[in-house]
Amino acid sequence: MSPTKASTEERIRQIVAPWKGGHGGTIPVLQEVQKEFGYLPEDALMAVSKEMKIPPSELYGVATFYAQFHLNPRGRHIIRVCRGTACHVRGSLILLDKIKKVLQVEENGTTEDLRYTLEPVACVGACGLAPVMMVDEDTHGRLTPDKIMEVINSYE
Amino acid sequence: MALYRAHVLVCKGTGCKSSGAAPVYDALKEEITRRGLDKEVMLVETGCHGMCEMGPIVVVYPEGSLYCRVTADDVAEIVEEHLYKGRLVQRLLYTTPEDKVKIPHYRDIPFYKKQFRIALRNCGYINPDNIEEYIARDGYVALAKALTAMDPEDVLAEVKTSGLRGRGGGGFPTGLKWEFCRRAKGDKKYVICNADEGDPGAFMDRSILEGDPHALIEGMMLGAYAIGADEGYIYCRAEYPLAIKRLGVAMAQCTEYGLLGDNIMGTDFSFHLHVKEGAGAFVCGEETALMASIEGERGMPRPRPPFPANKGLWGKPSNINNVETWANVPSIIREGGEWFASIGTEKSKGTKVFALTGKVNNTGLVEVPMGTTIREIVFDMGGGILNGRKFKAVQIGGPSGGCLTEEHLDLPVNYESLTAAGAIMGSGGLVVMDEDTCMVDVARFFLEFTQRESCGKCVPCREGTKQMLLTLEKITSGKGKMKDLETLEELALMVKEMSLCGLGQTAPNPVLTTLRYFRDEYEAHIKDKKCPAKACSALISFVIDAEKCRKCGICAKNCPVDCIAGDRNTPYVIDQERCIKCGTCLEVCPFQAVSKV
Ligand SMILES: Cc1cc2nc3c(=O)[nH]c(=O)nc-3n(C[C@H](O)[C@H](O)[C@H](O)COP(=O)(O)O)c2cc1C
Ligand code: FES
Repeated sequence: MSPTKASTEERIRQIVAPWKGGHGGTIPVLQEVQKEFGYLPEDALMAVSKEMKIPPSELYGVATFYAQFHLNPRGRHIIRVCRGTACHVRGSLILLDKIKKVLQVEENGTTEDLRYTLEPVACVGACGLAPVMMVDEDTHGRLTPDKIMEVINSYE
Repeated sequence: MALYRAHVLVCKGTGCKSSGAAPVYDALKEEITRRGLDKEVMLVETGCHGMCEMGPIVVVYPEGSLYCRVTADDVAEIVEEHLYKGRLVQRLLYTTPEDKVKIPHYRDIPFYKKQFRIALRNCGYINPDNIEEYIARDGYVALAKALTAMDPEDVLAEVKTSGLRGRGGGGFPTGLKWEFCRRAKGDKKYVICNADEGDPGAFMDRSILEGDPHALIEGMMLGAYAIGADEGYIYCRAEYPLAIKRLGVAMAQCTEYGLLGDNIMGTDFSFHLHVKEGAGAFVCGEETALMASIEGERGMPRPRPPFPANKGLWGKPSNINNVETWANVPSIIREGGEWFASIGTEKSKGTKVFALTGKVNNTGLVEVPMGTTIREIVFDMGGGILNGRKFKAVQIGGPSGGCLTEEHLDLPVNYESLTAAGAIMGSGGLVVMDEDTCMVDVARFFLEFTQRESCGKCVPCREGTKQMLLTLEKITSGKGKMKDLETLEELALMVKEMSLCGLGQTAPNPVLTTLRYFRDEYEAHIKDKKCPAKACSALISFVIDAEKCRKCGICAKNCPVDCIAGDRNTPYVIDQERCIKCGTCLEVCPFQAVSKV
């Protein structure tokens, strides 16, 4: 069930309200919109543009600049494989390649059944446990290629 | 206040949490209550102790015994033996990797013995969510001293005397930076904390944010007082949700205690603080890009001058420092600049936190006086190389840093010595590499990172890093020519000279240092089409030794792409065309019949 245009616009008005007239609101507003919809849908961005009086091109520029923002729907679970230095020297590329093959997804892609989205990230700050992967909010460390799919499969 | 005969500290830092600290905490809570000890034994959640490799970590005071890799199943024994009978649980104590000695006391563990903690002094000791615990460790004493007994000029002078330099990368003298901002014209000024921690492989800022947020807040207030600012921002990366949460709790407590807001401690000094969540871009760690990001723009750097001290956030004079820099300030004001200056080397004062990671036994955070050697850090504290392999290099300073070799092991670490060797202090990421790490691949790895993170504003960085990356990819896939090495060097120097900001100016460093110290590895990839470390997948293959193969089929069952064939009568064979070189077969084979060639 997708939200109607009117309800989207109403929600956007609420999100934008605290930032109206002030400065520095673009990124927090986009973060809030993404929290609400899981990604940045086009009609939501258009509504933000109208409410904040910022041209859509500028919003698009900001949204595509930062790795955190997504313009397409994402999977139920987000797999973030750390590609930081500590994880790299302990074999994270092999993990990433294996997940790509097994789940049949590309980097930053989503599986057809919308179960997983695979994103390489630069360091999640748990370098002491390299190689590290986050699935949603959970950090998993000391991974090996033979253990990794078991961890992933436990997320329905 | 109730008195307890023992304190049990459970690390709930990110490292220990992901190793399973939460169930350990819950089990301890239940067991302590069940045995009726909850009036005598206090259970505390702390931030990171630094020795993440050994997590989940539990420390029991007053003895100061540190238990490693504790699971919920160990809890009953800890409570029964240690808390009831006063006997140590030997099997959970830290054991040295070489001679298997068990060490009963926290402070005697080699990992901690040589440490000198200023920035991390409270991490792992206190509950970061409780301001009272920070205050009990002399927290906000420095602020009280400054506001009641010192002029802003005195605070500034103290920081200048200390010789503190920026811990975020550049090593710029902090006192001098503050002075520029103090002397700048303007009635509105800002102080900013750079908590973007972009270096992949460093996590000291995270540890301070999560383990001792008040130290950072107090440091920023002291800075604001010295500079004449009344508002501050902490720019924290969104990948650190726990840090953001703890900062929120700490700030709310400060407001409640009258330590944030108007007329702090009944004086004329007022200070308001905000947290801004980053959105995932390495370049936003650069100060001018960071300010653009706070303003809601794309985080692109701009040329300096004008420097932030004159024209910073929203055009106002602003002073930006790194988390670790700020966290040093309260100790400097409390103990005096002379005291701080007595630690370290001639030009690099105080301590530095290093994130020790990679192929080393004890990964984690260590804080040592400036001038400590790499050997002491990697071998004495880090416990040497993982699995008894041979040391090859350390990469210091993240993507802007460089790789140093065995001949640098006795180099005393300070800003000047590292720069002279071709690396930089950077944020203090220290990644250890062994003989299985390919240095060409490491250079390619860093270039891939900086190339992806280049904001695209200036041509040398945007195009130059791309061309360098393509050349390195050619070499690691076995298609390189000797001429490529010259091209690489030329490009590297061009990008270094001509880029707009620090990202481009330092991006070639990993390439230049590896070319300088490991040229033979580049040549092996080009001339012999071989990767000496057996790491570049295009130049290696996995094979099964038919003699050793017992035909069990475990490799075939585990192969993610089903490219291994064989049966109970014929030894298994890998189809090289389809193999993705994931190494799973090598790992699962019970008879070591698979090898990498
Ligand atoms: C590309 C780039 C990334 C940077 N990333 C960080 C960072 O993540 N954290 C940080 O503290 N400083 C970072 N810096 C350095 C900052 O620009 C700035 O010098 C620093 O925050 C100043 O604080 P300090 O004097 O306390 O070190 C970065 C610089 C560049 C050029
Ligand atoms: S490098 Fe992977 S968690 Fe830091």
